[in-house]
Amino acid sequence: MSKKTAAYSNTNYLNYVKRLDPPTKHFKNCLSAFGVGGLICSIGQFFRYMLEYAGLSGDELAGTVSVILIFFGCLLTGLGVYDRIGRRAGAGSIVPITGFANSVTSPAIEFKTEGFIYGTAAKMFTVAGAIIVYGVFSGVIVGIIYCII
Amino acid sequence: MAAEILDILFMYIKAFAVGGAICVIAQIIINFTDLTSGKILVYFMLAGVVLTAIGVYQPLVDFAGAGATVPISGFGYLLANGAIKGAEKGIFYAVTGPLTAASAGVSAAVVFSFIMSLLFHSKTKRN
Repeated sequence: MSKKTAAYSNTNYLNYVKRLDPPTKHFKNCLSAFGVGGLICSIGQFFRYMLEYAGLSGDELAGTVSVILIFFGCLLTGLGVYDRIGRRAGAGSIVPITGFANSVTSPAIEFKTEGFIYGTAAKMFTVAGAIIVYGVFSGVIVGIIYCII
Repeated sequence: MAAEILDILFMYIKAFAVGGAICVIAQIIINFTDLTSGKILVYFMLAGVVLTAIGVYQPLVDFAGAGATVPISGFGYLLANGAIKGAEKGIFYAVTGPLTAASAGVSAAVVFSFIMSLLFHSKTKRN
């Protein structure tokens, strides 16, 4: 086969694959992301009200709400429920703080077979490590800028 | 009393709408580019830090409550807010502020994840 026909059949094949590929359902994706993301935030708001009622306030209130949501994120990941939600909800399950919990727990469980030090503990921070590194770095820069101003 | 209940209901709607909207922005970015979930998390957290630093995110938190603090951009808000509050006390607290503010979330994630990894085994993925 000459080079030209090879390239031709390549584009032909790619077109063929593209034709069979299901189209990305933008609207449906966005709708489920909105629903699930909104629901998780409403649950957060519910805990906020409950804890406010229990007498917490300020940083303690905000911190406790995140801790509770992270707990549920970790638990649902452990039970294997969160991945099933995530397959439908997409960004709706990634962006809330429960998605952060999921990104810590799921490699921790996944790499348990490689031992507790190089498996669980080291792999825990594959995604969370990046968040903490850039978060602390940018946070410190903001702090220093505010000090100078 | 009725007005109070209406207020609370309205707050839930605001939290739902703002939180959902942040997730939709992420979903649109995922649909049109091929960013992985880890990169989305980092970018949204950075967006939270920047928006807090220029003073845009605080009004959003006042408006939507958990709708703005629960998404990962709220984690960035927490970090930047810790830095800004610390900066009032001096440069030392400006540097320690971010991680101090984030310590609850990070500690919870580490402790709970470790417990879950002891309790559960990874399953073969079922569809």
